[in-house]
Amino acid sequence: MNEYITLDVLRYNPEENSKQNYQSYEVPFRKDWVILDALNYIKDELDGTLSFRWSCRMGVCGSCGMMVNGEPVLTCAEFLNTFHPGPIRIEPLVNFPVVRDLVIEMSDFMEKLERVQPWIIRKDEDTPKGEYLQTPSQLMDYKNYSMCINCMLCYSACPVYGLEPRFLGPAAIAIGQRYNLDNRDEGEKQRNKVLSEEEGIWQCTLVGECSAVCPKDVDPAAAIQSLKVSSTVDFFKSFIMPWQNR
Amino acid sequence: MMPENHNYSKYHPKWHRTPIPIFWWLHKWVYIKFISRELTSIAIAFFAIVLLFQVRALIEGPQAYSDLTETLNTPVSVILHSIALIMVLYHSLTWFSLAPKALVVKLGKWRIPDRVIIGLNLFAWILISFLIGWLTVTL
Repeated sequence: MNEYITLDVLRYNPEENSKQNYQSYEVPFRKDWVILDALNYIKDELDGTLSFRWSCRMGVCGSCGMMVNGEPVLTCAEFLNTFHPGPIRIEPLVNFPVVRDLVIEMSDFMEKLERVQPWIIRKDEDTPKGEYLQTPSQLMDYKNYSMCINCMLCYSACPVYGLEPRFLGPAAIAIGQRYNLDNRDEGEKQRNKVLSEEEGIWQCTLVGECSAVCPKDVDPAAAIQSLKVSSTVDFFKSFIMPWQNR
Repeated sequence: MMPENHNYSKYHPKWHRTPIPIFWWLHKWVYIKFISRELTSIAIAFFAIVLLFQVRALIEGPQAYSDLTETLNTPVSVILHSIALIMVLYHSLTWFSLAPKALVVKLGKWRIPDRVIIGLNLFAWILISFLIGWLTVTL
């Protein structure tokens, strides 16, 4: 069966044009192909100049995020069959500057990720004597927030991040909450200084799209809302019970 | 070999930043639902203002109150109130369905499932509404 499907790819070459433009490619339609297979076919057979990121091709590295028909998805996880007969519109992830073709610039996220201090913070600096103990139930408290693969689909889905680029964003806040809820961590106060800023959790208006598009079911919306509750409680505690501020 | 006066300039490609249109939320159904949910706050404000007028009329006496009741009984007012009521109902239902995201309630190790939290909230809402309605009718 020599069937073909059309991919309309939004390309951008800063050396030639200051605007993005669509280019159509006819790709063989195979039932077992995902969009990433189609893009690699284009690069191998049709147009070697097409630039895009990918790595594991199995949904664990988070490199291949792109907009497919307006929805942010991992292209290694979306089958061509879902969009049959097409045409399929491929665009780089929205809300990010485009470097070239389908490659976006994510240094903004890397800076925000570092700002939330995503590591175990202990009050004493001494080396630990033995392991830190954690029951399976304590692990379940934060487990789903630890599944984030930094694919940036949530940042594309979040309209607040598009309108206010200083917003910390769902993934950064989710990973901050992952460490807050970890029983081995003692740095919640320190971390919340960054998280409960104006540009932290309080920019979020609970659109909920971040959790809807997350390929790993991290549910960053829940992390942000529960942080809002705990941050508000801490705020009131700080002047009702100021002696707790040690 | 490179001459002594060679100069490297760091080539930085010009990133493309797509501007966000002012009606960005009309492009996706999910965003339209979100903006409608946010706009229902206008209906809440409307009810609050009407309530303030009612309280003022109560303080001023029976004549003022019956004047206000007449104003509120006009067709325009009834239509406005009906639209506001639909908006408030949409507001309440959407917010209740988001309650499990903010409240993680655990009984020991077991986390209360989302549907139970939503159901309990809705049940309490309907129950309290009935109670208030019954009180206003009987008193």
